[in-house]
Amino acid sequence: MQRFRSPAEVKEMRLCLEALETTRPCISVCAGSGCKASGAQNVLDSLHSELKKRGLEHTVDIKSTGCHGFCEKGPVMIVWPEKVFYNGVSQSDAKDIVNSVTNGHKPVEKLLYKDPATGVRVLHEHDVPFYARQKRILFGNNGKLDPKDIRDYIKVGGYSALCRALTEFSREQVVESVKKSGLRGRGGAGFPTGVKWEALCASKTKPRYIVCNADEGDPGAFMDRSLLEGNPHSVIEGLIIGAYALEANAAYIYVRAEYPLAVEHLGVAIQQAQQCGLLGENILGSGMSFNIHLVQGAGAFVCGEETALIASIEGKVGEPHPRPPYPVQKGLWGKPTVINNVKTWASVPVIINKGADWYASIGTERSKGTMVFSLVGKINNTGLVEVPMGITLREMIYTIGGGIPKGKQLKAIQIGGPSGGCIPASMIDLPIDYEALTQAGSMMGSGGMVVMDEDTCMVDVARYFMEFLEEESCGKCFPCREGTQRLKEILNRISAGKGTEEDLELLDDAGWMIKETSLCGLGQTAPNPVLSTLRYFRDEYITHIREKRCPAKVCKELIVYEIDETICDGCHACVRVCASEAILGEKDKAHQIESAKCLKCGACLEVCQPKAVLVH
Amino acid sequence: MPQVEIDKVEPLLDQYEAQRTNLIPILQDVQDTYRYLPQEALRKISKKLRVPLTEVYQVATFYRCFSLVPRGRHVIQVCLGTACHVRGAPRVLDRILRDLKMAGPGTSSDLQFTVETVRCIGCCGLAPVARVDNTNTHPHLTQTKVGGLLKKYDQKADEAKAAREASHAKI
Repeated sequence: MQRFRSPAEVKEMRLCLEALETTRPCISVCAGSGCKASGAQNVLDSLHSELKKRGLEHTVDIKSTGCHGFCEKGPVMIVWPEKVFYNGVSQSDAKDIVNSVTNGHKPVEKLLYKDPATGVRVLHEHDVPFYARQKRILFGNNGKLDPKDIRDYIKVGGYSALCRALTEFSREQVVESVKKSGLRGRGGAGFPTGVKWEALCASKTKPRYIVCNADEGDPGAFMDRSLLEGNPHSVIEGLIIGAYALEANAAYIYVRAEYPLAVEHLGVAIQQAQQCGLLGENILGSGMSFNIHLVQGAGAFVCGEETALIASIEGKVGEPHPRPPYPVQKGLWGKPTVINNVKTWASVPVIINKGADWYASIGTERSKGTMVFSLVGKINNTGLVEVPMGITLREMIYTIGGGIPKGKQLKAIQIGGPSGGCIPASMIDLPIDYEALTQAGSMMGSGGMVVMDEDTCMVDVARYFMEFLEEESCGKCFPCREGTQRLKEILNRISAGKGTEEDLELLDDAGWMIKETSLCGLGQTAPNPVLSTLRYFRDEYITHIREKRCPAKVCKELIVYEIDETICDGCHACVRVCASEAILGEKDKAHQIESAKCLKCGACLEVCQPKAVLVH
Repeated sequence: MPQVEIDKVEPLLDQYEAQRTNLIPILQDVQDTYRYLPQEALRKISKKLRVPLTEVYQVATFYRCFSLVPRGRHVIQVCLGTACHVRGAPRVLDRILRDLKMAGPGTSSDLQFTVETVRCIGCCGLAPVARVDNTNTHPHLTQTKVGGLLKKYDQKADEAKAAREASHAKI
């Protein structure tokens, strides 16, 4: 690989790569974690062997790219240069795809996206409703490049922002641009990035460090993973620009060990950047020396909190410390440190390239730019979505997300992970911005958005989050350690039908106490799932308490399984799967469930074709 | 503690400088090698890094990914992230545990399986999911699919795989 000695050489390389651009067809297959789990590797293998069989290896290219975002329909792919979008591809389709590419590019009809509303097949990705309303400034390149090849990134304009920053911007001007762009931390709290950077510059202490927080611990969120898997160089470029502006000596990327593919791609990308002279000594002849170290987390949710993360990098247990001093004053090894989220760092090159004003023109008055959400749960189009700030929840759920499956009713939207809250369906016209979400009792968080339908029990959801937080509380401060346990116990009681109305007051009181007195962000936001469900779904709590009934039919202690004998056709499918031999009845005759033996596992419900199993 | 086991620790430690920051990476390497952290290994690490054994133990017990007891040949991570939870992951977990005759997450008595829960592996689009041995993700799980999943990694399957590989090696 060529070692660049100046910004001009990077540009030369890009022009060279552009000139080499041919009209040769290229099949770019999404090989992100989601599509891989759906069988993308098999698709890639059979495409390769199909091409080889026909001696077309040098006529058609195959590219294994990062996440395209539409996980629900995976494996997905785009065939260039026509940009035909295929979804739900399986290995047996390889022959048809190669046929189409070599014989006049007539698309494979059955693999095109079918609009569920109109039934019309859609040819291009940008016409699929899921993509049409998005603004993909961070994720747009994911489908175009092979994350393991730095040349692909350079070809789409990668590292040009770094070249610009080094040649046209002073350090102060970079900080000023970031500040002017209105970029706020994408990790959750939304602190203005430029202000944080300025605070670091105010200190004269050296060395200084920058950290990329890729400890994406929120369940139901995978934006950072997809960006690191699909376009690791965009984060690395952001870090190098940050290092230039902040005169940082080294950067640490703290990434979850649960993301093996992201770790692998980042490792390769860092190595390639070093070989190209973009990291190391005298970067692009600027005199700046800087390197990036990859640190793997060891499975602790609290390490997403910045002071705990620092402790973890230092090789200690991930327990938070009181702030102040803030990490910009006293961070890694006691030195000034700026910690930003993956998407925050990846936004920096965009701001430098397109300008702070351009960036600030997207979004709302106080929330600028785009936000990436993982849209999951009871929603038709599960996947990653990048939208301008200020878009309403309605647009997210119905236009992009395609609504709720099986014609069910939307009940709530949980935003912001365990620290966030549940927003009821009645507030669906709420715009997505930091302040509006906080006011509604939720928070932006890192971008997890879990959609819940009428079959989701809100008491169970609150209980689920409390269980999670109780497990993940590091145990250092009393309110969080004991408080989350008590909240969980009360919620367990309510969902078992043993709660009282005083319990609701207790939940509320204890919740506020934990919020006010905990040491770190984890504890301070831990009661949010409870408080927000109490605020919007009090009725459901009351039904559990007074009527001993779970309206969503989720809480095990409050439901009974039964077979409707008029519907049951006696097929024995349920008898075979029942783990506790609780289903009686001969074949071809109606069955019954012996409730004393029934474990309420729901296996019979899953297999019953005529839908004879009822839950009360 | 069998002597042969602990032999691998020294060469592994030699790759690292004796710095406190290397504690977690070293523990991760040891865990990868033995599938758990043998007591003797912790002592050696403590000595090499000059970090008190109590602190090594503190770190080893704080983080989820470390285990102080031997783990099974196959590790099944059942995702209990929010998306998996609302799409029925707890039932899948119960089914796996019931089929393996285990009371809760842990290691089966024959050391074939370790079942653990994980909060989100980021495959929410395919919920509910479980990941086996850190690489094989099984999407859209239902209780009916659990039997087939376990069969794929049981002792018989391992033996068949070993036999296949042995015959392959002969050729």
